[in-house]
Amino acid sequence: MTALAERLRQVAGPVLAFGWLAAFFGLPFAIVLKISLSDPATALPPYTPVLDWEAGIAGWANLLAALDFENYRTLVRDPLYLDAALTSLAVAAGGTALLAVIGYPIAYAMARAARRWQPLLVALMVVPFWTSFLIRVYAWIAILKGDGFLNRALLALGLIDQPLAILNSPAAVMVGVVYAYLPFMVLPLYAALERLDRGLIEAARDLGASRLGAFLSITLPLSLPGLVAGALLCFIPIVGEFIIPDLLGGADTLMLGRVLWSEFFSNRDWPLASAVAMAMLLLVALPVVLFREAEARRLEREP
Amino acid sequence: MTTASPASPPATGHLRFERVAKRFGAVTAVAEVSLDLAAGEFFCLLGPSGCGKSTLLRMLAGFEEPSAGRILLDGQDLAGTPPHRRPVNMMFQSYALFPHMSVAGNVAYGLRQAGMPAAERDARVAEMLRLVRMEEYAGRRPDRLSGGQRQRVALARALARRPRVLLLDEPLGALDRSLREATQGELRALQRRLGTTFVVVTHDPAEAMTLADRIGVMEGGRLVQVGRADALYERPASRFVAGLLGDATLIPGTLGAGGAGERRALDTALGRLEGFDAHGAGPEGAPGLLVLRPERLAPRPDGELPGTVLDATYLGDRVMLRVATAAGPVLRAAVPAGGAVPEPGAALRLGYAPEAAALVPEGPVSAGAPA
Amino acid sequence: MHPLARIALALGLAFLYGPILLLVVYSFNESRLVTVWGGFSTRWYAALLADSALVAATTVTLKVALASASLATVLGTLAAFALDRRRLPGRPLLSGLVYAPMVMPEVITGLSLLLLFVGLGIDRGLVTIVIAHATFTLSFVAVVVQARLRSIDRSLLEAAADLGAPPEQVFFTVTLPLIAPAVIAGFLLAFTLSMDDLVIASFVSGPGATTLPMRLYSQVRLGVTPEINAISTLLIAAVSLGVLAASLIAARRGRAAGVPV
Repeated sequence: MTALAERLRQVAGPVLAFGWLAAFFGLPFAIVLKISLSDPATALPPYTPVLDWEAGIAGWANLLAALDFENYRTLVRDPLYLDAALTSLAVAAGGTALLAVIGYPIAYAMARAARRWQPLLVALMVVPFWTSFLIRVYAWIAILKGDGFLNRALLALGLIDQPLAILNSPAAVMVGVVYAYLPFMVLPLYAALERLDRGLIEAARDLGASRLGAFLSITLPLSLPGLVAGALLCFIPIVGEFIIPDLLGGADTLMLGRVLWSEFFSNRDWPLASAVAMAMLLLVALPVVLFREAEARRLEREP
Repeated sequence: MTTASPASPPATGHLRFERVAKRFGAVTAVAEVSLDLAAGEFFCLLGPSGCGKSTLLRMLAGFEEPSAGRILLDGQDLAGTPPHRRPVNMMFQSYALFPHMSVAGNVAYGLRQAGMPAAERDARVAEMLRLVRMEEYAGRRPDRLSGGQRQRVALARALARRPRVLLLDEPLGALDRSLREATQGELRALQRRLGTTFVVVTHDPAEAMTLADRIGVMEGGRLVQVGRADALYERPASRFVAGLLGDATLIPGTLGAGGAGERRALDTALGRLEGFDAHGAGPEGAPGLLVLRPERLAPRPDGELPGTVLDATYLGDRVMLRVATAAGPVLRAAVPAGGAVPEPGAALRLGYAPEAAALVPEGPVSAGAPA
Repeated sequence: MHPLARIALALGLAFLYGPILLLVVYSFNESRLVTVWGGFSTRWYAALLADSALVAATTVTLKVALASASLATVLGTLAAFALDRRRLPGRPLLSGLVYAPMVMPEVITGLSLLLLFVGLGIDRGLVTIVIAHATFTLSFVAVVVQARLRSIDRSLLEAAADLGAPPEQVFFTVTLPLIAPAVIAGFLLAFTLSMDDLVIASFVSGPGATTLPMRLYSQVRLGVTPEINAISTLLIAAVSLGVLAASLIAARRGRAAGVPV
């Protein structure tokens, strides 16, 4: 292989991969930003201004002059959007907290299971992840609806006199969120707990810690990175979740993902949908930045 | 063995390092190393981790390019020759056996790359496996082998291409102690039989002394002394070399008149003592150190070092005495086991032959590598 | 194991698998009432074959998944190699570019890609879905392959070079066989993610390019039906078989390669 060919190999691969991502992931965000500053129009494409390539520099100048923050003003003024943002955050935060509480014992039990069972348990956690998200959420409709499995079971047991209206309520959204994202919380937690040296817990017990004391002083702090990773893996996508609130939620669980979807598909207001996307991006970027900061600090402490 | 002839390299120019240096950014890993190896020599680079010995080996293999200087193999400059075109092969510290190939596949790998015909290749693989007594394991995967077996496969693989120089990076480091000692003998015998030049990197002085024809001691990127094991032991050029190879008590003092190759005096807290200055310990009046090896110190009625026995430790083949002197330094002396052993507290005089005690400079060797 | 841990594990697995199990069982229900058992029947499966729109959507989905997963595997592997380099100018930015699509809410990815295609005047259809899916799944491939690359002992590559292998031979005889399980796993992951995606496909698809999840979604919105249960069961069966086969292959290869999977 000649030096030139080797150089091409060294350069062409990265250029291709990163070029693709820049073109189809980076560049689109610039366009979303631009359109979020545009005005809706009944045209194709349904927004204005459109860059006039023929006009050259003047075209760019006209374009820039026509951009404004009107859509963002709408987002702040109209309580619908603020409500949707707050609902998204509340569902994401509450769901993540619930996932942590439910996921921790499961991950802990997996890590404490006999070595030879652990690969099977991990596989059992992973299989739902590979199964269609849509189908898994859909499965809950039959359970939660008025004449669904849950109500039938409760009625048969005599626990309730009339069916509970769970479907299309915030509770149903929460159930869906926990169900769909459980593996995302359990697997990072398991990875952290599985790495944990049992000798540390024995040492803590030997030094006089109670079972609970050893857990609180050793296990919990050492599994914190797994907990944080799991929380991020759940929180961010839940903020932008569309399928769960759409299928299981009701009118009062309007989340940002649904708002964006309906602005885009029903109202055909592309600029407003873009503004919603930018706002959502800000909401999810915050925890990521905070996490990276914390991670950098942690790495500094333990080289 | 009283005096060892100062080791002089055979200097056939088989493998030459000419002022080779390697810098990584601001860090100098190897500083101006010059070295000459004879064909068929078993050479050992010895030093603590981070002394630059592995970097020197990697420059020879082609994984690093020297920042300055040249490496010549049989007169040919290796600069710019990528690793896969160099007639040298390496046995890696981790053995680096390909996990997805069988033992035979590993050994055959280099031969395949060379385009050797299948029949000849199979014969060579069989020969190599016989050489390291691994014929029965030809079809096994590396993860089904013990540490010692992996080591032998790695050796066979590196030797299969009949390299002009075989490089071994801590070849026995991953083996446990008893296996290591047995393998040292095998490695030595194998090298004698093949006549291939071996360059070994190790941090273990005993291993270097067992294996090598000559040892090059490295410290802080410099080659501080090169010579046969006995020369390094008896005639260390520095405090570092004296301490690295074997046990020694170092007595500080001020050098008397004289120079390299002479007996010189050293004024110490224990009085005026004599030692042999092999490499030039410094000018008169400079600080120096007297290197006293325990086995060279013996209780003698006319000994020049009076003291009191602190304790005696029985070591099977000998008894190690710790003797306190009035002026402070504690001397260590080895006396043969089985004889009379002095009780702690007993007064004692220790003597030594000045020829058997080396004089070295107080500080580290300034620059250059005394051969 | 502590009895409480046992209970936590049992409840967790029951929670994960219960709904899927109900769905599968009731896909064999004779009755059209999806929550009342009316006897065993496979009639809904027979009905699926007669649904030509569903068959068409399945074909589209498989085509898209195959094309986008192949593309994502190549691009993701290239990205993994680039990120694995010791010297990479602009590493924080580039690694961010690789990881971001994984956590990006799908509605944002979908919307932004659609706006790009509209801005560039590209007709929406199969091709745009393939591009979109390749973009967000290549990140998953890159992460899986990069983890494997990082676990490879560098001295294996040096040993190959030392034994006379030029760089491209080192790649083909050592690097590629060692990362092959990860590349295959990455491909399967990309394939599954593509088959599963509703949101991004909804944004970037055009007339005539309806994927299976899009078709399912439009039916699901109208309520639970035995037909959807049946098609879901088939999808779950296909995925379960795929995961099982993949983990068996990975386990065998992993054992042979001496690396845990």
